[in-house]
Amino acid sequence: MEVVNKSVAMLSNYEVYSLLTDIQAGRGQKKPQKSQQNLATITYEVVQYLENTYCKNLSPEIITAFMKALEPFKLTKAEKLQLLNNRPTAAVEIQLIVEESEERLTEDQIYLLLDIIQKHLPGETRGRME
Amino acid sequence: MFVLCEMKDTVRIAPHTFHKDTNDSIIHALNTKLANKVVHNVGLCIALWDITKLEDSYIFPGDGSHHTVVHFRYVVFRPFMDQILVGKIKSCSKEGVHVWLKFFDNIIIPADSLQHPSRFDEKEQLWAWEYQTEDGKHNLYMDVGEQIRFRVVDEVFVDTTPTGPDGKGAEGSDMSDPEAKKSPYTLIGSISEPGLGLLSWWNS
Repeated sequence: MEVVNKSVAMLSNYEVYSLLTDIQAGRGQKKPQKSQQNLATITYEVVQYLENTYCKNLSPEIITAFMKALEPFKLTKAEKLQLLNNRPTAAVEIQLIVEESEERLTEDQIYLLLDIIQKHLPGETRGRME
Repeated sequence: MFVLCEMKDTVRIAPHTFHKDTNDSIIHALNTKLANKVVHNVGLCIALWDITKLEDSYIFPGDGSHHTVVHFRYVVFRPFMDQILVGKIKSCSKEGVHVWLKFFDNIIIPADSLQHPSRFDEKEQLWAWEYQTEDGKHNLYMDVGEQIRFRVVDEVFVDTTPTGPDGKGAEGSDMSDPEAKKSPYTLIGSISEPGLGLLSWWNS
């Protein structure tokens, strides 16, 4: 086996979630068979983990609209991805995700960002990993 | 935390599966081989994303199977450095706090990367953050099962390929060798920044 490119693209939690639920339901790829314990285990566990994040409420349209709304902030890809995956609800979380946020974002912009997240990304405040 | 990894592999399809769709057989073979396994320096493989290219299939003398070089993309769990993740506390020990993510549990937050100042409570076997306020010190315990937000600061891959009979590690001491039990992929986390640590610390 040969690894051609270790990381072609980063995937959002939502993309992985929809792939794995598709596999579990037998859409696209076949359901894991009895002989494929490993695949069945990992899909089950990852879906369990992701179901407790808010990402199951997302849809491609929501994500597109959210990414458009983020454009003026000049964030990097990784930062946008983390905003999408983690759905921060407090300024301190934004400062964690955005590097050198003090220099790159004003305080008003941080609150604007939180508003955008609230508006675009649906979800009960935080019901993770119960 | 998930990435797509482009790989290439030769897949052997045995004759007794020739009645099935070739693509399905290839997907089956790749998922059987890779799902829930750690590939050295790549990460924890989750599931096949898609097949990008199939090269010509070959049949070799003495084997009825056909061998096909497959180019494919696989979903891999590999958080990038400085990524923020949320997990649950699995256990606390002198070395630090162990965290798990339902499907991945080799995450450790070493003692020196906890909130400052933290101390280890020998009686409870838990770490506590000694948080200073005007009315004295508060012990914020890091209970097992609590949700914790942490930053990924390092990753360690250990090559767990077994050594051959003439290798160094084969002197019959393999069973007691601590190296033998090492996990192939470990993440090192940190919570020494504001906003990191138990979610309940920052909610109010």
